[in-house]
Amino acid sequence: MSFDVVASSRIEERRATPWGFVLQTGAQIGLLGVFLTVVGILGMFNKRPVIVGYLTLGYAALGLTFLLAGILIARRRLFPTTAQTLLAGAAAGALGGAITSLLPTVMSFTSLRSVFVSLDNLIYKMLTFGLSAPVGIAALIALATALGFLGALFMELPDRIRRPLAGGLTAATLAGLFQELIRPILANSKTSKPIHDLLYTWTGLTLRGAIIIFLLAAAGMFLWLVNRDRVTAYSNQIPPQRRQRIRWTFFAAALLLATLFPLYAGHFIGQVLLTVGLFTLMGMGLNLEVGIAGLLDLGFVAFYAVGAYATGLLMADSPFALAHLSFWEAMPIAVFCSVIMGIIFGIPVLKVRGDYLAVATMGLGEIVRVIVLSDAAAPLLGGAKGVLQIPRPVIGDLHLNNPVSLFYLTLLASLIAAYAAWRLEESRLGRAWKAIRDDEDVAQALGINLIRVKLLAYGLGAAFAGLAGSIFAVMLGTIYPHSFQLIISINILALIIVGGMGSLPGVALGAIVLIGLPEMLREFGEFRYLFYGVAIVAVMRLKPEGLWPSAAKRREMTIDAETLAVQKGAELTEEKTA
Amino acid sequence: MTAIEKSVTKVRFPSVRGSWHSFTYVDAVLWMLRIGVLAVVILGTIGTLLKGTYGITQWFAFFTFGLTIGGVYALIALGYTMVYGILRLINFAHGDITMTGAFSAFFLARSFDRSGFLDSHPALSMVCLMLLSMAVCTATALIVERICYRPFRHVASLAPLICAIGASFAIQHTFRGMFGNNVRSYPDPEWMKGFIEFAGFSIAVSQIVVLGTALAAMLFLYLIVQKTKMGTAMRAVSEDRDAAALMGIDSNKVIIFTFVLGACMAGIGGVLYCFVYKQIYFFSGFLPGIKAFSAAVLGGIGNIPGAMVGGFFLGVVESIGPPLFLDGIGIPAPYQLRDLIAFTMLVLVLVFRPQGLFGEALSRKRA
Repeated sequence: MSFDVVASSRIEERRATPWGFVLQTGAQIGLLGVFLTVVGILGMFNKRPVIVGYLTLGYAALGLTFLLAGILIARRRLFPTTAQTLLAGAAAGALGGAITSLLPTVMSFTSLRSVFVSLDNLIYKMLTFGLSAPVGIAALIALATALGFLGALFMELPDRIRRPLAGGLTAATLAGLFQELIRPILANSKTSKPIHDLLYTWTGLTLRGAIIIFLLAAAGMFLWLVNRDRVTAYSNQIPPQRRQRIRWTFFAAALLLATLFPLYAGHFIGQVLLTVGLFTLMGMGLNLEVGIAGLLDLGFVAFYAVGAYATGLLMADSPFALAHLSFWEAMPIAVFCSVIMGIIFGIPVLKVRGDYLAVATMGLGEIVRVIVLSDAAAPLLGGAKGVLQIPRPVIGDLHLNNPVSLFYLTLLASLIAAYAAWRLEESRLGRAWKAIRDDEDVAQALGINLIRVKLLAYGLGAAFAGLAGSIFAVMLGTIYPHSFQLIISINILALIIVGGMGSLPGVALGAIVLIGLPEMLREFGEFRYLFYGVAIVAVMRLKPEGLWPSAAKRREMTIDAETLAVQKGAELTEEKTA
Repeated sequence: MTAIEKSVTKVRFPSVRGSWHSFTYVDAVLWMLRIGVLAVVILGTIGTLLKGTYGITQWFAFFTFGLTIGGVYALIALGYTMVYGILRLINFAHGDITMTGAFSAFFLARSFDRSGFLDSHPALSMVCLMLLSMAVCTATALIVERICYRPFRHVASLAPLICAIGASFAIQHTFRGMFGNNVRSYPDPEWMKGFIEFAGFSIAVSQIVVLGTALAAMLFLYLIVQKTKMGTAMRAVSEDRDAAALMGIDSNKVIIFTFVLGACMAGIGGVLYCFVYKQIYFFSGFLPGIKAFSAAVLGGIGNIPGAMVGGFFLGVVESIGPPLFLDGIGIPAPYQLRDLIAFTMLVLVLVFRPQGLFGEALSRKRA
């Protein structure tokens, strides 16, 4: 029951001919274009400028889709000559564009709005560039062809040109996308105000700014690529001890900067980081259960809810309140309640394994939610209206009443939790968890007490969620049952899968990518769950070890690769002797 | 299958009494749980019967509603159970696949309703709705199979389940993006509104329609599985995929056929579900999906007649349960807790009888 994905599957791959592959890629790209349009992502993105007056995120996404056609074709190196590759890229782009253009063609005859809510006039105008139907559609296909060609050309360029180009484009796009984040920081101080005026207007990135950022990033990347060997050679000369020290200094400085950053960035960023922190905290808890102990738990949100409700009931100024404790008294009790909940949760499902465990825990989580939401429990828990008026935490005279200060609370909690998780992972208990993850029966045969070890996994995992729930309660000041839906559990699962199962830095990275980015890009918010679903599938398919795999996982993978190579070598020698 | 893989699939779910020898506090807790649930059921039943809030006609109405919704669960459960029988994996996205068909059929139903076709040609329009729903469900199921399950077919791990969870959310939110996030109300044709009086009891026409369609679909499926060549191949693959391959069965084709069959049943079930509850939105697939899964497990997963019986059983318990068990012990608004009964049954079955209520040798071997 491990999460390893065997690289070889015994389904024979049918090798398509090169032009068959072009056809296939073009069709896929076209369907992707149609999908983006029909689901409404394109229309939503089109409202956000990357470069004011020149490029919206919607066009950027559409362009990237067609560019992808050429890139996918050229990456395979199916064709002997460059000219053929370029032609194939253009053909795939053209096919993709043609399929995508079916939508505006149909829309020019009849309105699809009554069925597909996002196919409105705006998206029609976007796809036809505001031109009349035949001209606009021809323009769309021509653009797709050109972009497919450029995508193929891009892949044919030598590395030294391609990478700076990609880096520059990425930097310019990021500068445009995150203008709401960057602009206030630049504009607020006198020294950086001229930089702001050079790059941005009040609505976003200007064309001048985009070109400047592109050139700077591309030049920087180019210089780095040219001098990379020299830098590595130089750093190899430094004695290892000093190198280590330099590395730590840089690391500490970066950490300090990152810690101080929210103080300057304001409340919005503080709120985003606070949410990221809460999810990191919960992710570390679920990571103990899923990543290390291999117990796939879809009812994790219940522990979060218990932590939040316990805190709320112990602190609130409401008729349901059990006591009026301060946050510092209520939080440990809430965490303790979560641990108890974890154990209560764990006992019935001790003997359930694998996919049944996932469904059973999901059922338990839903039971908790249905009970909290029902009128039967309303006199105790407030029913659908929830618990209101939970006061903010206080340290002495300091009221932690804004997102930034609460973020520091979360950061502190996360650091303590990360330390605990790290020590747990390396402990005897952690090794026992890994043993039951890899094979429960063997682990039991080795004398591991399954009951104790599993219950500890549930209990300790729940503690993290309880802590997060406790902070969540004081962050919002009110808690409703609707905040604790199954989607939260899936969310946390998604972030540890994307980050890398069983890896602590992976959890933080996953939280930043899956929670922070969608919070930052308002437009994304609508589609974040679609994005999570696609991200889970994509990571499981393409990079099952996650974006930041744990050290142990990385070692395993190199060993796997080596064995594979050795096996291949052995096969070759066998063939030779035969 | 290599020896290792085989052993992995074999030991996946140990029998209930297997792992722990002595009586521990865990067993004590489990016994308390059993006794607690039994106590609620018995005390609640006695309480309700003594109170006599509901007459026999009302109980009959609860029962027929339970049978109706149970028929829908049974149809959806067939998809879970067949896929599990062949691939040993939970098609977590099956509930959402059901939703896709029902949601697409909604638009056809709406236009039929507006043009009056739904009222003038009831049978034909229902068949059209079902066909559209089946087609969409099949397409979605095949896409999910291709993207999420096929790459992991030879892997014994949780990867396909996790992928299926991702697919489930991707499907939901794709439909949310396409069709909006408001709840749409399904048309309610005139001919479905009547009641039929029978020996002092009255049954809604809509319930008869739903139940009859569900039974017909199940019979059709049973005949396919038992009598056709493809059905025989399906049963062979679910017994032993490698042996079936040695007999010249193309297991890939069989797996695809299974998904198609399951999706068709889900397509019918989804439309029927919407005609029972009269509404649809992008999240509507979740509850029937999870309940149908419970039904499949109740009947012993991988067991086709079991899934049908499990569906009806779950539907009836879910419908009769709140007034019978919960009303008697004085819980206010027991109907809000209807889902609670379904989830509790799911957890209890997974914990206490993962091989299903009937505990057949076949399902025990798989469990």
